[in-house]
Amino acid sequence: MKTLLRSPALYIAIAVVIVAALLPLWVSAYLLGILTVAYYFGVFSMAWDLLFGFAGEVNFGPTFLIGLGAYTAAILDNEFGPPIVVCIMAGAAVAVLGGLALAVPALRLSGPYFGLVTLVAVLLLQNAIVIFAHWTGGEIGMTVPDVLSIDTNENYWYALAFLVVCAILLFGLSRSAVGLILQASGQDRIEAQALGFNVTKHKIAAFCISALFSGVAGAMLIFYMGTASVDTVIDISIGVQVIIAAVLGGRRTILGAALGSIFLILATEFLRPLGQLNTFVVSAVALAVILFFPDGLLGYVLRAGERE
Amino acid sequence: MVGLQILIDGFAISSLYALGAMGFTLIFGVSGVLNLSHGGIMAIAAVIGWLAAGDLGLGTYLGTLVGVVAGLVAAYVTYFMVILPIQRSRAIPRDETEIFILTGTLLWGIMIQVGLAWLFTDNPVTMRPLIDGVTYIAGVRTPKNEIMIAVICWVVIGLLWLLVNRTPAGKRLLAASINPRGLTLLGFDLSRIYLFVWAIYGVLAGVAGVLLASFLGVSSASAGQLTASAFSIVVLGGLGSVSGSLIAAYVVGYLETITAYLIAPTLRPIPALLLLVLVVYVRPQGILGRR
Repeated sequence: MKTLLRSPALYIAIAVVIVAALLPLWVSAYLLGILTVAYYFGVFSMAWDLLFGFAGEVNFGPTFLIGLGAYTAAILDNEFGPPIVVCIMAGAAVAVLGGLALAVPALRLSGPYFGLVTLVAVLLLQNAIVIFAHWTGGEIGMTVPDVLSIDTNENYWYALAFLVVCAILLFGLSRSAVGLILQASGQDRIEAQALGFNVTKHKIAAFCISALFSGVAGAMLIFYMGTASVDTVIDISIGVQVIIAAVLGGRRTILGAALGSIFLILATEFLRPLGQLNTFVVSAVALAVILFFPDGLLGYVLRAGERE
Repeated sequence: MVGLQILIDGFAISSLYALGAMGFTLIFGVSGVLNLSHGGIMAIAAVIGWLAAGDLGLGTYLGTLVGVVAGLVAAYVTYFMVILPIQRSRAIPRDETEIFILTGTLLWGIMIQVGLAWLFTDNPVTMRPLIDGVTYIAGVRTPKNEIMIAVICWVVIGLLWLLVNRTPAGKRLLAASINPRGLTLLGFDLSRIYLFVWAIYGVLAGVAGVLLASFLGVSSASAGQLTASAFSIVVLGGLGSVSGSLIAAYVVGYLETITAYLIAPTLRPIPALLLLVLVVYVRPQGILGRR
């Protein structure tokens, strides 16, 4: 605790959060809208980083968990219209069930095989949504009757507060004993078991936690946007964006994943004048970062600090 | 009647799937690379072939050839710009090379997809059939082009088999897939073998891309879908096993055709996906895979 209070990083983080919270005072509503989405994506990426960076599970389908949370909340809201909190909690619960469903193969399979199962899970969910178009709106998507708020600033603060809370929880978790055990079992499962840690229990926990955060963030995102569609919460390209953001920001840093997401979404937005090419440029930058700074942006800064 | 129709249509599409997945599994078997830009390379071959055949006025056959060459070039660019730098990088820990190659090729695939759409077109491109006309097989109306495609696929697969099993260069490939270290100790240069396998890969992906354009049409947007189906066929058959992929391609191809004809065309991909999940749960190494 003492070292934490003395570390300059903590004060930088607090300063950044304060500046971010004051942004609505001078930033346009348009930019705030983009940042709001970026903050939710930050949570997606952090949840993914917990699973990949720490538990060592290559999850190609973050949108499976996100989509389960988002669509459960949206369908519930459309059919029965309970308070938003209830919808979000239901979304989170279903996402955790989805996380458990993914955890079962993860305990048996390794590397590319598990990656493929997660990819297939996304494709199946996407197909299921098209088949049950009666409830889900199919390929077009569905509108959600309730929204978090109609005020841009309030929406922005909700997203920011949510991001900060998730960041503190996930970062704390990753630095706790549980995080260390996860990291150990991700790197060498047998040795971690030999040291007496229950790897299975910890991995299942990692999946549930990652699913919980993904599901809540997915549900909140649709209550911000007022619509749920395959293209915004489930499509593989969304999952790719989450993964790229986490790798770009730096694996095993949690906070890097959030920074990576914000950077990625802002960069895509500022390059919009390039038309179709903006995705190309952003992917090229991400590829260059992976080739030249494989530790990611935050990882690189941290390493540089260690070397000095 | 419908049964025969399924048998014939399913055969053509399955042969194409087999050809598409073959290169993917070969690269994994020999050099351990899972190339997620696979669909992008197929799309490059298809779009360039279509462009050469149509706009440049080279005709269908020369256009096809140009498309295959484009696939070959794209494969080499992928190898030198993405795969080699990741494999050689000292900043990337050995045990994480795999995830870096997956992410790197994924990004590269997106760049190809967007680049193609920007430079040329994002509409599906369709090559003119290699031969025109229809014929009747036991009363089922079949385009001659469909037969031609199945024949070409099998000729290419046959040539690949001859190359791998009957030539010294092919035997080196086989050895590299079994024990690369042993091969190095015998004095063979692994990097030259990798160059060779990427050349084969480029040609296979190129032929598959061009034929697909002539059969169903290919758009830059379908690159991801193409990668996903090659990936699932290869996993179903067993990563790195060429004959396993061949069997899996037919299982998937027929399963999709049967679903499309007998149940509903919209449900086409679902049974194959469910089968894939089932196989991965019960027998993760796939039909003929080694662990």
